Amino acid sequence: MCETCGCGDPELIPVEVHESLLSENDKQAQHNREHFDSHGVLAINLMGSPGSGKTAVLEATAKAMASTGGVTALSGDLATDNDASRLRVAGIDSLSITTGSACHLDARLVHKALHDLSWHDADLLFIENVGNLVCPAVYDLGQAVNVVALSVTEGEDKPLKYPVMFRTADLVLLTKIDLLPHLPQVDVEKIEDALARTMPEPAVIRVSAITGEGIDDWLGWLESRKSARSVGVA
Amino acid sequence: MHEYSIVQALLERVQEQADIHGASAVHSLRVKIGELSGVEVELLQSAFELFRERSICDGAKLEVIPVAACWKCPDCQRTMRRGEVLRCVDCAQPAQLVEGDEIVLERLELEVA
Repeated sequence: MCETCGCGDPELIPVEVHESLLSENDKQAQHNREHFDSHGVLAINLMGSPGSGKTAVLEATAKAMASTGGVTALSGDLATDNDASRLRVAGIDSLSITTGSACHLDARLVHKALHDLSWHDADLLFIENVGNLVCPAVYDLGQAVNVVALSVTEGEDKPLKYPVMFRTADLVLLTKIDLLPHLPQVDVEKIEDALARTMPEPAVIRVSAITGEGIDDWLGWLESRKSARSVGVA
Repeated sequence: MHEYSIVQALLERVQEQADIHGASAVHSLRVKIGELSGVEVELLQSAFELFRERSICDGAKLEVIPVAACWKCPDCQRTMRRGEVLRCVDCAQPAQLVEGDEIVLERLELEVA
């Protein structure tokens, strides 16, 4: 009760909080990150629109590798096991995270799935996020790097329309470049200009999962991130 | 529509504060949402309307403070706005985001009977 005048109205107490509403997720993500670091696993959060070629790039990655023994993957999928099953066929030990109606993976879902996947001895753990250019960018999963697959058919201004996604990307894989001869209206330089306006340090590798073009550069990038990390950890 | 998850986190955080302070209701709450946070203010508000019923926030007023994205050169502090190339034209340094990615519960007014 308000003690000043005894009117019976409740007393109002101001409370300063100043806390991120993502702090629970961030704590769980940090926990995941510590797991990955202690086992020397490079975790890659692979994001992109539905149909941008995330799974196809991983299939091409497996094909180009001498051995897929050190590669594991988690695939976020609304309703099916299709992506993880394609990756298993490609030789990558993979597990689906079925999200139901949830539009993104979060750190808790990843942590739960880690209990069912043998990832401790792997070099690389790909976390293929739910196909979506908005929500996945908001949730830290504990990854070392963010990679966004952007296909040449998606429109040159996609990065400007979805700056939240591209801002946090360490690398953009420009996918389906084998289609460029059929797309005279698509100007790759315009896509790269849009990326320079959303990423402070734009890094782009042009790839084709069909012809294998650019996949070696992508493997080289992964290798450099792995070495950079081991130096950082040591 | 991750705004629902954000509102869920908001309600949990508010409930914690209400428990700490022995509050019976929440009068108002203020959140800061950055332009580059990935949260749509309107969706957040409608998700809040939907989820606050039967929660401690039933009847509470939600105030959302939008924060514009602001990028700066770490060397000369030159400001770059959304849509500009994010590298300083003078220093060639990549810009740093100084504000505009926050999803923060700032303050609450709790009702104590």
